[in-house]
Amino acid sequence: MASLVTYSLRNLLARRLTTALTAGGMALVVFVFAAVLMLAEGLHATLVQTGSANNALVFRKGSKSEIESIVERSVAPIVEMRAQVARSADGSPLAAREVVVLMSLTKRGTNKAANVILRGIGEKSLELRPQVQLVSGRMPRFGSTEILAGLSLSRRFEGAGLGEKLRFGMREWTVVGVFDAGASGFSSEIWGDAEQFMSAFRRQAYSQVLARIEGGEAGFAAFRAGIESDPRLKLETKPETVFYAEQSEMMSKFLRIMGVSLTAIFSIGAMIGAMITMHSAVAGRTGEIGTLRALGFQRRAILMAFVMEALLLGFLGGAVGLVAASGLQLFTISTMNFQTFSELAFGFSLTPGIIAVSLGFGTAMGLLGGLIPAVHAARIKIVDALRAA
Amino acid sequence: MTSCPAETTLGSAAPEASRSPVIEVREVSKAYTRGQQTVPVLLGVSFRIEPGEFLALMGPSGSGKSTLLNLIAGIDRVDSGSIMVGGVDITTLDESGLARWRSRSVGFIFQFYNLIPVLTALENVELPLLLSPLSGRQRREHAKAALALVGLADRMDHRPNELSGGQQQRTAIARAIVTDPDILVADEPTGDLDRASAKEILDLMCGLNKSLGKTIVMVTHDPKAAERAHLVRSLEKGVLTDADPRLHS
Repeated sequence: MASLVTYSLRNLLARRLTTALTAGGMALVVFVFAAVLMLAEGLHATLVQTGSANNALVFRKGSKSEIESIVERSVAPIVEMRAQVARSADGSPLAAREVVVLMSLTKRGTNKAANVILRGIGEKSLELRPQVQLVSGRMPRFGSTEILAGLSLSRRFEGAGLGEKLRFGMREWTVVGVFDAGASGFSSEIWGDAEQFMSAFRRQAYSQVLARIEGGEAGFAAFRAGIESDPRLKLETKPETVFYAEQSEMMSKFLRIMGVSLTAIFSIGAMIGAMITMHSAVAGRTGEIGTLRALGFQRRAILMAFVMEALLLGFLGGAVGLVAASGLQLFTISTMNFQTFSELAFGFSLTPGIIAVSLGFGTAMGLLGGLIPAVHAARIKIVDALRAA
Repeated sequence: MTSCPAETTLGSAAPEASRSPVIEVREVSKAYTRGQQTVPVLLGVSFRIEPGEFLALMGPSGSGKSTLLNLIAGIDRVDSGSIMVGGVDITTLDESGLARWRSRSVGFIFQFYNLIPVLTALENVELPLLLSPLSGRQRREHAKAALALVGLADRMDHRPNELSGGQQQRTAIARAIVTDPDILVADEPTGDLDRASAKEILDLMCGLNKSLGKTIVMVTHDPKAAERAHLVRSLEKGVLTDADPRLHS
């Protein structure tokens, strides 16, 4: 079948202003669409990166977040002594008892308070989390009121900078170091000695035990079976990555549903715009359609030419919207994670999947907007069309 | 102005001329529906066009001459009757068959040139070749040759709005002949042109008729244009008002 690609392309170029405005409308919709997906993806990626795949998190059965979990002091050693737990150089189990507490801190430059996570760590916590790097200051001494602040938190909260002091749990704590944990959730936390946090907050139990598991998936399966079948323990375990990924589910689902339904409504407007553009393109070119048909072009070649034009319009809109949305990767969003009720900083993350879906969405808008006018163009009788020339 | 005498063309027996088919219009009727009303346009028209002939169809507005031309060119359908072109009854072809037949056999010349404004002269001429199996390079060569033939070799990169009326019509003629069709149909080809340009166009059409042996069917109001044809047939209210002079010769 003869293709009129040049013809379609030239017509878009010839009507530059109309093309730009229509594609611009679609670009805005694709921009919002891609931005929401990137946000949901960024949130997911942040929380997934928070964990390491070969760490197991042991927590109270049924807990959905670290905050609600309790691991009694008496049972923590039982978990640590399981055979699948890796050993450090000195032969001790590569595991850490941690306590997670929520606390309210004031954001810099405002009087607004937001919840942040205080993570009481064990001596092995940093070894278990190699993605956490000290960027300034030094490590806190265990048994003291020295704390570490995550990089993104230390920038955003009053008193969380290096050398600054924070007051909580009826004590004063000094930030002696700032750590960077990349794009992970840890960057939005304060870390200190678990025992100190427990006495300050009058906690009798840990929140969780983190352990490095040997033997890959089989090792983890054996570890899980051991934990979950031990009658002394009311605990369950998940790989750390899985646990944190589940934390992002509610929020990213909310973002996706909200974003997709909003853009669905916007896209109707953009499609009507495309339809009007294509209808006027067809109306203005009825004579040309008649000429092309007279020259021997079949109805479907005409249909394809106008569909192609609409697709190009939609693709152009999609590409422009996507390029604009990709600029959002420079921004970091900090918001409340509804699942943990704590402040979390995360970025927009553009993935090949989002690129494909967004371009597809733009192109589909063009197609749906252009289809009816294109069918109309293909159905005009030749003699009627020529009369309009 | 001198006509293009039939004898010259037919007598010279150009190889292309012998290839042109006979067009036989038999008892063709056509009516249009306007709202509730049916308006008859052609009432049982029959005539014959010989290979290589240059025929002018004349008649007042609404006499049905353009409709007859459209039917011969295969862009409209008869209500009854048949049109045989080279032994093929084109009224029996389905829509896509008819489109294929047009792309191979008919070249169109319109009153308002009907060039595609966003394409250059060369691209306009190349357009019908998109329907042929030629390669891109071959298409461009053919299109350039056709433009050279109508004297526009130096204007091929111009858009229609950068060309004069006469040049646009010559581009349209190049587009009409680029596929080397047997029949050229022209609907008021000089209707939008000044005297001088009209003469150029008619000279060109005569030349195509004479040297390439193209059969030409032209609808015109212009007696000067009709003079150039071998044969003038007149239509009035859907019927041919004159007898075929060849039957008496």
